[in-house]
Amino acid sequence: MVDHNTTVTEDELHVYVDGELPADRREAVETWLSSHPDDAARVAAWRAQAEAIRARYGAVIHEPIPNRLALGKIMRNRRSWGTVAAAAAVAAFVIGGVAGWIARGASAAAPTTAELFTSDAIEAHKLYIGEVRHPIEVKAEEDHLLPWLSRRVGTTLRAPDLGAFDLKLLGGRLLPGVSGPAALFMYEGASGERFTIYCSRLNAARTAFRYDAQENFGAVHWIEGSYGWVISGPKDKDKLKAVASAAYDQLEKRIPSPSQGAAGQLISRRGS
Amino acid sequence: MGTFHQDIEVAIPALRRYARALTRDAETADDLVQDTLVRALRSEHLFHGGDVRSWLYTILTNLNRNRLRSLSRRPTVMPIEDNDAPDAAGPEAGGRDIERALALLVDEQRTALLLVVLEGLTYREVADVQGVPIGTVMSRLARARVQIKTYLDGERPALRRIK
Repeated sequence: MVDHNTTVTEDELHVYVDGELPADRREAVETWLSSHPDDAARVAAWRAQAEAIRARYGAVIHEPIPNRLALGKIMRNRRSWGTVAAAAAVAAFVIGGVAGWIARGASAAAPTTAELFTSDAIEAHKLYIGEVRHPIEVKAEEDHLLPWLSRRVGTTLRAPDLGAFDLKLLGGRLLPGVSGPAALFMYEGASGERFTIYCSRLNAARTAFRYDAQENFGAVHWIEGSYGWVISGPKDKDKLKAVASAAYDQLEKRIPSPSQGAAGQLISRRGS
Repeated sequence: MGTFHQDIEVAIPALRRYARALTRDAETADDLVQDTLVRALRSEHLFHGGDVRSWLYTILTNLNRNRLRSLSRRPTVMPIEDNDAPDAAGPEAGGRDIERALALLVDEQRTALLLVVLEGLTYREVADVQGVPIGTVMSRLARARVQIKTYLDGERPALRRIK
């Protein structure tokens, strides 16, 4: 059984305060506290903090629920948002351009086009994942999404199916890019986490997968057949690489690459 | 089907409480709750059973993180913590102190602390919501408590904000 004289760790004190300590250990902690006034004071302070938090916010659950949070209303409203999206798209287009431009100014000494491209994509990601109602311009369900973006970007685009990662395509939008119009596809997971895929024409040397992280974001990017691709999401290198691999495998079947061998090489380099 | 919606409905008051403490602003909090509900309804087909309440907390937590990330790229919009003027005119000064103390915490620490002490989630549940091991939840809790204690004891620490 547990030795009642063993030292009580700080972790255990937290567990004790939060009521998760097994009964057989609780007594030992209480004995410890009676002979360790510093620890007893800390425990008291933590309890007082919890009390203060509950006193400050506890009453919110008794407030009447505002009309806009009524479930029935939300379900009805979901259908009418499409109309507002069109107006927002215009504003978003302008904002997107400005963000890209600022990103360009911020990158230090003469960044390459490929670097500008990647930073535009990450800026677009950051900007639009925070949008609640208008993260996209055209919804995934609308048939003209892919033909439209394909026409503007100048290649046959396809939005990869990322269902294997529980990511659902929300839709896409068109953005100004460093070397032409860019398409941004947005995906969302069950818990609201968002990934974006950014693509535009880019006349730069082919590259294998590269990973960049910025603050809380990560991005895997590559250039293939005069097009650049950037997949951005939460900063989780392994997950992003896995998503990028899946996307690449699907995209590569559609986008003509100059030589099959080069594409194969890209895959094997990525795998190593 | 019916129960899914009912489970969501039942959770709304607690979600509002959590969001209010997270954002310390009633409007922003209800925006977050609204967005959470919209997400939840839209993703119903992705919900593979389990605890609806934990799932809703997870969505709200992620949405709030998205929100903070979005804010953090516009530094001029940042000083959320300075507008303590008209807020609810709480008679108890202690309420405002704890509010300021919470505002100083790093988002992950605030989230962990609120889920445990306000929402009554277990460490295990918080670990799932935050997508981290239990040990990480515990160290977030510990750091949050040290920060708050330091603040309330008067030695105001250097402002630590999300970048």
